[in-house]
Amino acid sequence: MAARKVPDLPNVSKDDLLKYYREMLLIRRFEEKAGQLYGMGLIGGFCHLYIGQEAVVVGLEAAAEEGDKRITSYRDHGHMLACGMDPKGVMAELTGREGGYSRGKGGSMHMFSKEKHFYGGHGIVGAQVPLGAGLAFSDKYKGNDRVTFTYFGDGAANQGQVYETYNMAELWDLPVIFVIENNQYAMGTSVKRSTKSPTLWQRGAAYGIEGEAVDGMDVLAVKEAGQRAVAHCRAGKGPYILEVMTYRYRGHSMSDPAKYRSREEVQKMREERDAIEHVRDLLMQGGHATDEDLKAIDKEIKAIVNEAAEFAKDSPEPDPAELWTDIYAKVAPQTA
Amino acid sequence: MMSMPRCLRICGGNDSLRGTDAMPATTMIDAIRDALDVALTDDPTVTVFGQDVGYFGGVFRCTAGLQKKHGIDRCFDTPISELGIVGVAIGMAAYGRKPVVEIQFADYMYPAYDQIVSEAARLRYRTAGEFTCPIVIRMPTGGGIFGAQTHSQSPEALFTHVTGLKVVMPSNPIDAKGLLLSAIDDPDPVIFLEPKRLYNGPFDGHHDRPVSPWRTHPMGEAPLGRYLVPLGQAAIRRKGAALTVLAYGTMVHVALAAVEETAIDAEVIDLRTLLPLDLETIVASVRKTGRCVVVHEATLTSGFGAELAALVQAECFWHLHAPVERVAGWDTPYPHTNEWDYFPGPARVAAACRRVLEVQ
Ligand SMILES: Cc1ncc(C[n+]2csc(CCOP(=O)(O)OP(=O)(O)O)c2C)c(N)n1
Ligand SMILES: [Mg+2]
Repeated sequence: MAARKVPDLPNVSKDDLLKYYREMLLIRRFEEKAGQLYGMGLIGGFCHLYIGQEAVVVGLEAAAEEGDKRITSYRDHGHMLACGMDPKGVMAELTGREGGYSRGKGGSMHMFSKEKHFYGGHGIVGAQVPLGAGLAFSDKYKGNDRVTFTYFGDGAANQGQVYETYNMAELWDLPVIFVIENNQYAMGTSVKRSTKSPTLWQRGAAYGIEGEAVDGMDVLAVKEAGQRAVAHCRAGKGPYILEVMTYRYRGHSMSDPAKYRSREEVQKMREERDAIEHVRDLLMQGGHATDEDLKAIDKEIKAIVNEAAEFAKDSPEPDPAELWTDIYAKVAPQTA
Repeated sequence: MMSMPRCLRICGGNDSLRGTDAMPATTMIDAIRDALDVALTDDPTVTVFGQDVGYFGGVFRCTAGLQKKHGIDRCFDTPISELGIVGVAIGMAAYGRKPVVEIQFADYMYPAYDQIVSEAARLRYRTAGEFTCPIVIRMPTGGGIFGAQTHSQSPEALFTHVTGLKVVMPSNPIDAKGLLLSAIDDPDPVIFLEPKRLYNGPFDGHHDRPVSPWRTHPMGEAPLGRYLVPLGQAAIRRKGAALTVLAYGTMVHVALAAVEETAIDAEVIDLRTLLPLDLETIVASVRKTGRCVVVHEATLTSGFGAELAALVQAECFWHLHAPVERVAGWDTPYPHTNEWDYFPGPARVAAACRRVLEVQ
């Protein structure tokens, strides 16, 4: 194995480290399981795995408080698990079952939870960005100091609506954190083949929005940056941009020939920069956990994921009558 | 149901590059790539671009190999900016080039809709003919891949409602190539809708059975070189006397399956082009059969079927023995799990045919 750099021991508690480890591992194992279920034909259509990017949502959730909101794209499983949604309900939506968060109407890309302030799950690239500003605007009306994490990708950062939103968010001092998850690829197109202004967070300057880039493979760095962003928004200073530098290990969706990057590139990231291994190193070297302890956590997580998978297999398919629900407040089925 | 492949390969698939140079195309993907290759070769003003289109070769592989062969100036990637893609294409077209752009899924065209409606469709009229807009916008369309509400739509009626556009939807590889070449030659903006369920075979709505390959279908092998299938000409896919079925895209194969399985002697017409519409072929058929069923996958209300039904009753009123029936997707968003309850499959088409035949 190529050497990961031995990390300095940061000033962080054992409990926090264990929490991040657990949360990131849950996402990874959940996604691996989703990949398996897809292979077995239990999940159909699209399924965008979050493997490699776990530190982004786990770090930012560590900076969030109750009542803060989040909204993202179709690559949404990690966000849902990190904000505390039930893995069973998420997995059952992947399999399109009644027990899924959208009762089988949405699938992998379209899930929501009012309870956890998770506003989706959006299949159209960039579409969630103005919505995020709108959520923040509602908080501003309410007069509270809650913030909205509005996630989007490096590819989405080239959609025009992002810049319309930047302008409005700054104009109206909205408490919205724009989180650009820069995993370096939009499907098969790398950042350098889609823009000549590759420092995405700096584009905010044109609108007067502050921001920064952060190492997205280091959960502690992400959390710290998240705290700065949150403080900025809670103080009423308007929006903030975080460009989180990360990497997706798997294909864009489930059948991806991966011809746009080399196997070595992926391998190098996995071996040298993996976010979970990073925390594992911190735990071990800080004397916070033994191999045994971590194995026990692994076992715990596996049990949660297996339970979710079983639930997602056993939950019934939605009744055909569901075709006619939730279209309008009231709707009469068509016949013939 | 679970044992069947639940989607086609998106962002993957074969890279055999049939259709380019050597062997005749034997899938709709190859046929489309072949048409683009021919156009790029014959006409130096043709330019092909879109998301993942250049270096990667397209998520459905319709442009695989074209950048390598024709150079990055002729076939290139764009950022994820649908409005920009179409808008830039319109500008290019107004000033001498022939852009053929890809919107990765028809569902992603809404950011570009303003440019399509307000600029592309109106440029000729607005400038009293001084400037024109010879662009082609290709879009994979339709469902049946568990893509749910954002990856399954059939928005043809949003285009047929816009004067100034032409709208094409092929149902097989031979037509796909010939129609695409006609679209590229056309002096006006053409929306070219590619039913993605047909990319790899003549899917007939029987989602629980494997789809046969195009290789074994009479319309499956697109000949090499340039040939044109003219816009505005329908094709009669099955001759019949009892009733006329009007369909396009995937629904042509669904309709054929429905009438074959129920031994209904229907005449099945593949419209191929919605605008301009081959009303002559439609009217001749309905005047002969006296009965008509209109089929599309898009939602019913204000769908293109409404236009067809209106035209048929206006042109064939005194020949009709029964009201015209429409079989369409229900007026719901495209569902995820329940997509086959939404999809107007052979059973629904056959039932409509029977109802229309029962009227004395
Ligand atoms: C408007 C629109 N255009 C195109 C697509 C197809 N598409 C889905 S994801 C994607 C790439 C997005 O990349 P990025 O924003 O970097 O997010 P990532 O997938 O890397 O998380 C594309 C082109 C879409 N869903 N919506
Ligand atoms: Mg990306």
